[in-house]
Amino acid sequence: MAIEKIFKDDASEEKGERARMASFVGAIAITDLVKTTLGPKGMDKILQSTGRGHGITVTNDGATILKSLHIDNPAAKVLIDISKVQDDEVGDGTTSVVVLAGELLREAEKLVAAKIHPMTIISGYRMAAECARNALLQRVVDNKENAEKFKSDLMKIAMTTLSSKILSQDKQHFAQLTVDAVMRLKGSTNLEAIQIIKKPGGSLKDSFLDEGFILDKKIGLGQPKRIENAKILVANTAMDTDKVKIYGARVRVDSMSKVAEIEGAEKEKMREKVQKIIAHGINCFVNRQLIYNFPEELFADAGILAIEHADFDGIERLALVTGGEIASTFDNPESVKLGHCKLIEEIMIGEDKLIHFSGVEMGQACTIVLRGASHHVLDEAERSLHDALCVLSQTVNDTRVLLGGGWPEMVMAKEVDELARKTPGKKSHAIEAFSRALVAIPTIISDNAGLDSADLVAQLRAAHHEGCNAGIDVITGSVGDMAELGISESFKVKQAVLLSATEAAEMILRVDEIITCAPRQREDRM
Amino acid sequence: MALAFDEYGRPFIILKEQDQKTRLRGIEAQKANIAAGKAVSRILRTSLGPKGMDKILQSPDGDVTITNDGATILEQMDVDNQIAKLMVELSRSQDYEIGDGTTGVVVMAGALLEQAERLLERGIHPIRIAEGYEMASKIAVENLVHISQKFDFGATNIKPLVQTCMTTLSSKIVNRCKRHLAEISVKAVIAVADLERKDVNLDMIKVEGKVGGKLEDTELIYGITVDKDMSHPQMPKQIEDAKIAILTCPFEPPKPKTKHKVEIDTVEKFQTLRLQEQKYFDDMVQKCKDVGATLVICQWGFDDEANHLLMNRNLPAVRWVGGVELELIAIATGGRIVPRFQELTPEKLGRAGMVREKSFGTTKDKMLYIEHCANSRAVTIFIRGGNKMMIEETKRSIHDALCVARNLIRNNSIVYGGGSAEISCSIAVEAAADKYPGVEQYAIWAFADALDSVPMALAENSGLQPIETLSAVKSQQIKENNPHYGIDCNDVGTNDMRQQDVFETLIGKQQQILLATQVVKMILKIDDVISPSEY
Repeated sequence: MAIEKIFKDDASEEKGERARMASFVGAIAITDLVKTTLGPKGMDKILQSTGRGHGITVTNDGATILKSLHIDNPAAKVLIDISKVQDDEVGDGTTSVVVLAGELLREAEKLVAAKIHPMTIISGYRMAAECARNALLQRVVDNKENAEKFKSDLMKIAMTTLSSKILSQDKQHFAQLTVDAVMRLKGSTNLEAIQIIKKPGGSLKDSFLDEGFILDKKIGLGQPKRIENAKILVANTAMDTDKVKIYGARVRVDSMSKVAEIEGAEKEKMREKVQKIIAHGINCFVNRQLIYNFPEELFADAGILAIEHADFDGIERLALVTGGEIASTFDNPESVKLGHCKLIEEIMIGEDKLIHFSGVEMGQACTIVLRGASHHVLDEAERSLHDALCVLSQTVNDTRVLLGGGWPEMVMAKEVDELARKTPGKKSHAIEAFSRALVAIPTIISDNAGLDSADLVAQLRAAHHEGCNAGIDVITGSVGDMAELGISESFKVKQAVLLSATEAAEMILRVDEIITCAPRQREDRM
Repeated sequence: MALAFDEYGRPFIILKEQDQKTRLRGIEAQKANIAAGKAVSRILRTSLGPKGMDKILQSPDGDVTITNDGATILEQMDVDNQIAKLMVELSRSQDYEIGDGTTGVVVMAGALLEQAERLLERGIHPIRIAEGYEMASKIAVENLVHISQKFDFGATNIKPLVQTCMTTLSSKIVNRCKRHLAEISVKAVIAVADLERKDVNLDMIKVEGKVGGKLEDTELIYGITVDKDMSHPQMPKQIEDAKIAILTCPFEPPKPKTKHKVEIDTVEKFQTLRLQEQKYFDDMVQKCKDVGATLVICQWGFDDEANHLLMNRNLPAVRWVGGVELELIAIATGGRIVPRFQELTPEKLGRAGMVREKSFGTTKDKMLYIEHCANSRAVTIFIRGGNKMMIEETKRSIHDALCVARNLIRNNSIVYGGGSAEISCSIAVEAAADKYPGVEQYAIWAFADALDSVPMALAENSGLQPIETLSAVKSQQIKENNPHYGIDCNDVGTNDMRQQDVFETLIGKQQQILLATQVVKMILKIDDVISPSEY
């Protein structure tokens, strides 16, 4: 008798080998997709959105590429998710984590074909990951004590991160920018305090870090364009009609004269409010909400610079920078903390006028102004800077540093290989496979750079047998000393790559069945 | 189709729109039902045990769930068949009642159905089979009580509890750090447990997850975490010895429920109204300040002005806190939820030793920790993990572990795991079968065979020879009269489950057998399936 159908229509079920095949194929396809962006000579991708306008993004950032993909394969979704988490958590290594997970699965596929049970592979992978992590822990360099050295570490990390991006031409310049910006944060990881303003025009080299704060707004008409020793009140209050907030209140009049009276009262109210604000003894007023013409005029009369409609982030940043508080009521001028800065002036970047606050009290926030030929370049530059800033701010908290250029992978691979030799049983195959997956990363880096990967990796392996600082020098196309070349990576990033990739591979390996529900019927709106 | 004719040869209509329905009767119906039940149980069979595999489930919206938990798999499977739905219900009721063993119960039911099919083929009436199963399940449950052991634990001696939770967790993906998670679960349960009354309210344990970090970073917080931040960015991020006002009224002008209008027709009225409004905000904040609160937690939003006044008076506040969280905070801090500002009194404030804001990762993700509360009876388990699916799966695993720990506090009897309890029951049932005269005897034998299928599946999933291993263990149990021998899934070298410290709760096992028998009885009693046909 035929087995009853137990699922709904359109739902599908894949079992055992087929399910495993489906997830391997999906995961490996994703890996191959982002593989070519890895390393300093990695290539970029163009992503065209299906939305209106078919907007184009050109990027090298793994997380951005994967985020934009529409994927139906569940295993591929796991990989995309780990890349996203890597982005949120440490900001960089988004491509590496996917590539490593993919390579682990590729190796696992071979082992499964050789009739090794997935659970055995998993337990082998786990041992190997632990061993690899310990190997890294033994080789980390921590320059927390030595501020001078630590700063040069940060420089190296920033250069290494930026070298695979569009900014690689001016990496020295940008590395300096990002390091300075992060050092200003003084250990905080709140990247919100670093503002990035993109202005097309000029070249990437013209980008600069401003120690002050730049607000992308215009100064009200007839108001001073330059204020020295500014006292700033940062506010979030309605400066339009300031309606009565008591529910159900409404105005009811029976004659024209009354309308005029009420209008007068309203105006009076606003005037009073402005007076109160002025009574704070300020000469600059920044509001989150709109400022109507009438109060603006009043401010102009009082010689106060009024800036309207600064967005919420702008307000928060400004409050942070100038040390003022965000005020909404103005009855007790003595208790409100005002912000201070040395100079407010209108500056021009390219064609646009911006307001520049310099000489601020708290130097935590700063602004990076990016210049570049086109929007695409600027967007990609921003993403690259974001990566570098994330990595640096994480490194400031966890100061352990490793060498780069495939060095950590080779160190791990060597230790894992030794573990494989010591481990009895089938697990040792899995451990060996893990080390092969690790070696795949330097292989891909050199492949992407158009080098003879087999030769280079073999040389590298031989060099590592002695235990040295050898890695792949992509520029000269040979094995070089990473410490001399100044290629460094953050330990935290490497550790996150290793652990999440193993976790994801484990998760996909454990699956032996895929049940897909019928897709939800969408109503056609046409 | 069954048709009846009257004396003139005209057909009676018994079922409405008869020709649009498909109908299965008698043995056909039973066989179809059994096949459906078996199909469901076959899906779950490979998930059983420490070496069980996971399933990927893709929801109608394309979201991916990866899990090993029987109840979750079945719930998300989008099943259409009626009998399959019964099996889903079965697993769900095990989940509600016990929380663990959701896979085992379905596998057991599937095995019982498989055996019943054979008996049906031999011409035994389904009711007789059902009765035989019923008798056998009684024997099995009695045997479970017989072989169960009580063990002692207290607030200080939690090792046995941890061991049991570890058994539960070992079949999940989190088994990498099962000891860590088991300890967390047990500590959480002990913290909220009422050991006198032997009751645990699992609502007091909040399980929160955030992606990022690694599984080892999962921690137990003696307090509450709220996924919110301070309402004003410049409020202090850390408050010691906080006195918390828990409010369910917004910091906004009142909105009376009755429809009303405030008419403004003169300038004076306009001004008085304005003053009143200002005073209103002032009063609200002042009242909170007067009772001595150092932190305000509010279920609703704040008006900008109120927000600034709070900031100005140095009174940190949190807004838009959900109802459930608000209740937990109230319980943890010993405060009362206050619905009106007028009712705010110093006694109603909650107390916490430390309230702090913590940020994660590179995005602006912040959480509020409320710790060292006056009443430590509310705890939070905070899970970290590499990706979203991992966190979800860990949450489910922790839930299972919590349930197991709770069951043990309610009833501290345990049986040994690894299939040893099933094997022992199977021996007992088989021995008892001969005493029953009549056809039921066959059903009882069949039940014993079905019991063997759980250890069989365990052995299969662990890559052992199922029949060989099972028979070896069975003979060992009989020879040494020791019910602790089970399947050595992890290749430890011994199959004495007492040495391996693999326990399960007695009530969990009992429920599995009882529930599985009940559902199978129900399925066997169906002899007619009428369903609307496809078109």
